[in-house]
Formats: sequence, C-alpha cells, structure tokens
Amino acid sequence: MEPGGGSALDTILQLALNGLAVGCIYGLVALGFVLIYKATELVNFAQGDLLMLGAFVCYMFVVWYGIGYWTAFALAIGIVGGFGAVLDATVLRRVIGQPQFAVVMLTIGLGAMFRSFASLTWGSEIYTLPTPFSARTTRLGGVTVSHEYVAIIVGTVVLCALLYAFFTYSRVGVAMQAASQNQLAAYYMGIPVKRMFSLIWAISAGVAAIAGVLLAPVSLIDINLGFIGLKAFAAAVLGGFGSIPGALVGGVTIGLIELFSGAYLPLGVKDVAAYIVLLLVLAIRPQGMFGTVGRKKV
Amino acid sequence: MTFFAVEDLGVSFGGIRAVDGVSFEVEAGEVFTIIGPNGAGKTTIFNLISRIYDPTDGRLVFRDEDITRVPPHEIARRGIARTFQNIELFEHASVLQNLLLGRHAHARPRLLEEILFLPAVRARERAHREAAEKVIDFLELQAYRDNLVVNLPYGVRKVVEMGRALCTEPALLLLDEPSSGLSVEETEDMAFWIQDIRSLLGISVLMVEHDMSLVGAVSDRVLALNYGRVLACGTSREVQEHPDVVKAYLGG
Amino acid sequence: MRFAFKTSYDHDLGLFRDPVQRRWYAGLLAAVLLLPLALPDYLSDVSMVFIYGLCGLSLMVLAGYTGLVSLGHAAFLGIGAYAHVYFVQDLGLPWVVAVALAATLSAASGVLVGLPALRMTGVYLTIATLAFALIIQEAFSRWEHVTHGLKGRPVDKPVIFGVSFASDAAFYFLCLAFLIAGLWLTANILRAPTGRAWVAIRDSEIAAQSMGVHLARYKTTAFAYSAALMGAAGALFAHKIGFLAPDIFSVLLSIQFLLMVVVGGLGSLHGALYGAVFVAMLPVLISEVRDHAPQWAGHLSGLLGKDAGAAIYLTVERFVKQPGLEPGIFGLILVLFILFEPLGIYGRWRKIQLLFSTFPLYKRATFRRQKTYMRSERLR
Repeated sequence: MEPGGGSALDTILQLALNGLAVGCIYGLVALGFVLIYKATELVNFAQGDLLMLGAFVCYMFVVWYGIGYWTAFALAIGIVGGFGAVLDATVLRRVIGQPQFAVVMLTIGLGAMFRSFASLTWGSEIYTLPTPFSARTTRLGGVTVSHEYVAIIVGTVVLCALLYAFFTYSRVGVAMQAASQNQLAAYYMGIPVKRMFSLIWAISAGVAAIAGVLLAPVSLIDINLGFIGLKAFAAAVLGGFGSIPGALVGGVTIGLIELFSGAYLPLGVKDVAAYIVLLLVLAIRPQGMFGTVGRKKV
Repeated sequence: MTFFAVEDLGVSFGGIRAVDGVSFEVEAGEVFTIIGPNGAGKTTIFNLISRIYDPTDGRLVFRDEDITRVPPHEIARRGIARTFQNIELFEHASVLQNLLLGRHAHARPRLLEEILFLPAVRARERAHREAAEKVIDFLELQAYRDNLVVNLPYGVRKVVEMGRALCTEPALLLLDEPSSGLSVEETEDMAFWIQDIRSLLGISVLMVEHDMSLVGAVSDRVLALNYGRVLACGTSREVQEHPDVVKAYLGG
Repeated sequence: MRFAFKTSYDHDLGLFRDPVQRRWYAGLLAAVLLLPLALPDYLSDVSMVFIYGLCGLSLMVLAGYTGLVSLGHAAFLGIGAYAHVYFVQDLGLPWVVAVALAATLSAASGVLVGLPALRMTGVYLTIATLAFALIIQEAFSRWEHVTHGLKGRPVDKPVIFGVSFASDAAFYFLCLAFLIAGLWLTANILRAPTGRAWVAIRDSEIAAQSMGVHLARYKTTAFAYSAALMGAAGALFAHKIGFLAPDIFSVLLSIQFLLMVVVGGLGSLHGALYGAVFVAMLPVLISEVRDHAPQWAGHLSGLLGKDAGAAIYLTVERFVKQPGLEPGIFGLILVLFILFEPLGIYGRWRKIQLLFSTFPLYKRATFRRQKTYMRSERLR
C-alpha cells in the first residue's frame, strides 16, 4: 500500500494502520507457532501452509459452491482445525522423543506436501476471494481506512481475547505446560496428554485458517501464500517463543517496522526487514521481549 | 602453596541463596568429601568450581591462582576435572572416543595440520591413545572400548565418566556422587579406585557423597553442608558426631 | 562375522577398517574412473551428483557432526558461485586462485553467521540461518555490479592453467577430484581432536566445556569449514548450470540439502554421498515416472474394461502432469524417512549388513528403542 497523499502525519497514520493490519496477520501466524511450541516444543514449519489451506478451503466454498462468506469461514476453520488434530494423531505423535530437528524436517516435508496438494486440488494460479468488505474504504481525515484491514484487526483482537480467556480460565493451560516439560510425569498425573496435544494442534490450525481467510482479500490466494510463515517466525522470536501475548506484540511490531522501512528506507530493505530484526533479536536477546531463558541443571 | 581453597563463596539464584559464605581448603594428595542433605548446595559448589555458574561473592584459588572468573573451558587445562551427577557422556560416541575427548585439555589442535593429517598429528594421536589406554587398564574397561555409550548399562557409564575425567590428567578430581545408582560390589570397587587415584596417581579428590560407608572408608576430611552453609569440617568421625550435623540429618 | 585383528594403534587411526574395506573402495574408485568409457551419456548427471556430494559433505559436518542444523546453506553456495564467477570473468584471476578466494569468502561469511550463532541453541539457530539465507538472497538480487541482479549472468566453461575443461569428461574428473579431496580432508579432521570436539559439542555442550573444549572457537570453525566446502562446491555448481540467477539459491535448495543429509543418514560421510545420489537422481526418476505412469495405470486398469482403463489413464495423466508435484514428492519422502527410517539410507544399510553378518541370529528388536517420552529440550 502506498502512503496516502497529504500531510506527514496522515502518511504516518496510514502507514501505522497498514502496518498494524499486516502485523496482526503475522501475529496470528506467530500465535499458532507459539501455541504448538508451548505445548509440545515442536516448531511447526508448516504453519504458513495451514494458513494457505484455510484460505483455499474458504475460497472453494465461496466460489465453487456458492456458500455465504461467514458460513464458509466457519467451515474453513472447522475443516482445517480438524485436519490439524488428525495430523497430530497420525503423524506427529510418532516422532515424539526424536531430536527436535527431525521434527522440524518433518514439518517442512509436510508443508511441501500441503503445497502440492493445494496445487493439485485447486490449481497453481492466483485467485481472489470475494468478501463483504472487499474494496470498500472509508476516509477518516487524510487517512484511507480499508475495511479489509479493519476486519483483520478486529478479527485478531476478538480471537486473542477468546484464546486468552480459554487458557486462563480453563485447566488446559496448566495441563499444557506440564505436558510440555515432562510428558511421562504428566501421564502419571492423569493428564490425557495425547488428547491435549491434538486439541492444541486443532486450535493452532484453526488460528492459521482464520489468519488465512482474513489475509486472502488483501494478498490474493495462491500456493505460496504460506511463505508468510517465515516472517511470522521473526514475530514469534521477537515476542519470545514461549509467550502468547508476545507473539501478537511481536507480529504488530514487525508489521509496523516493515511498512515504515518500506516508506523511508532504500528499496529492498522492506522485504528483508523482518529477517534483519530476527537476526538482531537472536543475537542480542534470544528470549525476545517476553520469553524466559532456561538452563539445564547438571 | 595453597593447593585449592574456596574463600567465602556465595551465589544467589533470584532470591534464593544457594551457597552462602562457604570456605574450605583441600590439601594436595587428600580425599575431601562434602556431605549434606539434598538441596544443600553441594552440586552448586561443584558447578561454581567448574565455572558453569558465576559466583556472586567469594573467591576460588587453585595452586595460588585466582580462578574465580576463568572461562569454563580453561578449568580442565589448569588441572581440574569433574564428573556429573546425571551422567553427561557423549552418547553416540564410543567409550574410547569419550576418553580421547578427555585428552582434549592436552591436545594442541591446529586445524591446518589436522586437515592434512600430518605425521605430527598422527604422533600426537598415538600418544593420546596410549594415555587413554592407561586409564582403560586402570578402570578395567577393555571389554567396552568400542561400544557406543548409549548401549552401556548405568554402572559402566559411571566408570567411563570417571575415566574421561582421569584422561584429563588432573591435579584435582571432582566426583559428584560417585556411588549413586551403584550396587554394593560396584561401590566397593569405587572405593578402591578412589584410594588408588589418591595413592597411585597422586590426584587429590574432592567429592560429594551420600553413602556414609564410602565416605568413612576413603575420606581424609569431611565437610558438612546444609542450606548452603557450612555446618562442620574435620575428620569423618568428628563431623558425623557433630551436634549440628546430627540435627540436620535426623531433625530434632 | 568379521573380526578385525588389530596389532597397533595406527590401525584405529587409519581411514579404513581393514584391507577388505580398502579393496572395496579401490574397486569403487576404479569403477568411477572408468565411467566415462562405459556410460558417456550420463557424465553430466554424475558430475552433478559429485557437486551435490560436496554440498552434502559440507552440511553433514555442520549438522551431522556438530549438531548445528542450518536451513540456509544455499546462501553459502551462492556466495561461492557468484564470487568465483566475479573473480574469473570480471577480474580475470586464474581459476585456481578464484576458487580458493571464493571458498575463503564463503568461510568468512560462515564465521559471520557463526558468531551470533554462539548464543543460540537448537531450533533458534535453524531459524537464524534461514533468515540469513533470505537476506543474502535479497542481496544477490540487489548487488547488480557483481551478480547482475535478476537478469542473471551466464558462466563460461572452466579454463584451468590454460587447459579448457569444457568437455563433459574433463568436467567430470574435475568434480571427482574435488569430491575426493573434500572427503579426504573431512575424514582427516574427523579423526583428529577437532572432529572429536565437534561431536562432543553435538552430544553435550556442558561436558565438552568441562573437558576443555572452547565452544566458541569450535563452533565457529565448524561453520567456517562447512561454508568453505560449500563455497568450493559453488564454483563447480556455477560452471555446471552455466547461468546464475538469485532465485536458484532459495530456501527450497537449502531444504533439498537438508533432505540430502537426513535421507542419507546423519552423522556419517557415507550418508552425505547416499543422500547426494538420492537427491540428484530423484528428479530424473520423477520425470521417468511422469512419462510412463499413465500408460502403466491405463494398461493395468484396462483389465477391468476399456472405459475404466481410459478413465484411469486420463486421471493419472492429469495427476502427474501437474507442475506442483515435485516438491510434494520430496516432502512425502522426507516425511516417510523421518517416520520410518530416522537413521537414513546409511542406517538401513548398516542394519542390512548386520542382518547378513549375524544371520540367522538377527533380531529386528536390536534397533527398536523402548518407547520414548518427550523431555523438555529447552533446558539443554
């Protein structure tokens, strides 16, 4: 998005709004990463591809079958969420106990398979998803407020509030921590570890699907939509890999940094701004903004 | 010359004072044991000596040199080696590789020479192998030489870990609970080995131990610790009869 | 069962276990040297296998032996390739000097990545290398003076000391020489203290430190050596593909390299080579299947009736003609290997060897570990 004409303040506000919206998407994907990492200590490199699947499923229901946007949205969340749970139960459960990097490779392989599947089922071109907020804008002062962007921000806020409530006021949050630190002990304490992991995967995949559907009108759907996951890594690391609010804060920060560096820094920096931030965070403060550092006790 | 001295050592983790004002001295050629209930700070002291943690106050002196701020990989070169409470062996390497790694403190790695495997490198490797074989003979590990550590039973692993520490040719050997997890016969073997390490190899031993029979059999002096503070220091009999120590172990 | 009768320590220091193994490798060398006579049409493909082998070796040293998994090694390949081409074609340096400089430059960037990596563990390091590779790829597009940007730049055939290596056979021997040199140098390091220190860092950093291993120095050395090998491979890679463009050195190529070492078998030099053969040959295999699968499927289901046969033929044809199939197949193979054969091809080969040497006393349960439960790796 180009910064709108008008005063410098208008430009800044425009950039801030756009950056906030983009950042919310990054934050949602990062949230998916963090949820899975907190529960199972796996880093899911296929999170971006789950986002892509969510966008495609919604597209399929709206464009191929003529179902209404909101119903399709709900269906997409349900299907991709269910798929996440099935993925955990069939594939990921088998690799528990293997070194972390083997699981990373596994998720990378799964991501490639998802991309192929999408290409086979829906085709390898670029598609548009018609939504109730497409191409509608409001002008507030000198700032063009795109309804799609507002939808993204509102959707993210609502989702995060729901998730926060779920994890704070239910026993799942604590059980999740226990299972991630010492699985055998968690079993002994009566925690249904397998069911919980599947639940976490379902939630994480659902969050990815929501992010995909919210992103679709802005960036158009194609099989490479999932590469946004790489930038979301930066968001997750910046926020602190084990912290849920951190993921969102990190995402918004990265989004803002990207938009502003695109406007004020030389060409090309915008594309790699997220990765530069990632490297700086890892070099200077690896635990990010809200994470904690652990150390093995010998 | 001060062989090894700990002066007023203290470390805090957040609000917890894990070690508080601990002072003791180990003389050359003696076996010095630290005892105390679980959580007393014994392994923390070992971790401070091997520089895995940084002390908040106090000093460590080894052979008249202050080693309080030395980097962790320097410790082995200076002549202090240690074993770990939960065995930290290199799982996917053979016993021999583990022992040869103990020789690293004396290896002079030069990348360019090693890339071409010059005769000098070969000669040094032969020397390291001979030193490792001496340790294998001492600890009777011949049967396990080429086995991967991941396939070995617990008792053998503990011996391998001690062997790896011995390969460093230390002046001071830190043993963290050498008899934990060992059967009665294995503990007796361990007692003989510790005595041999002291008398035949001339290495001083600083160990943490719970098994009082082993403590009584091999120790020259004993230090009792509780809640990070020293309770008593002296011979094994003196410490075991000290009223504070009795209270700490038996309550009341 | 073969038992080695050892009479001196040099026996264990040598590269080969026993004379029998040495003879097998001599035979392999002879076969490889005679390949240009037997199969002249495939020399180009086998040269690519050799180059991939060098890449696999590089990543094996870093990921398999030192435990530092890198998802960005294609960046080092690119740095080596672009640097070499710049030195030879723009600066006119002699070929050998250009390769050496390219490898050195690559090693220097390896150190640059390695230094911040000292503070990161496990998956954070992997993510950092990924970020680094993406930044470098962008830099390739922007630095037009050296790389000619997105236009790409063509690469001439190699000319060493005035002798042209343009022919397939000459280039084949050049790649073979590089691979053998790389293998020998790496095997040397791995049997020396540096190699042992690397394995120690992989298995237990704290214990390695207590034994006097300077973590920072050895990790940086691992990065530098691995990047240097990659840089040398990059020079050959540039000549092989004949045309350099930034989008060649993408994340997907890095993932292919990682696939190579995982499928081949982590932690062994053989694994790197098996993986290289696998990854280089797979596209060839896929295109063969693509060409013939519809026919086979049609023939087989023709038994059910002509209409069924025609329908199946069309479906399968539509399936295999899809452009997005290849990454999916790579992904599937990766997933299957990690689920069912985590030790890779080399691991499977060792199990087969054990089967034959201990027959009929072989037990499949030899390799089955008891059920593992997850323990937190954050506190490692």
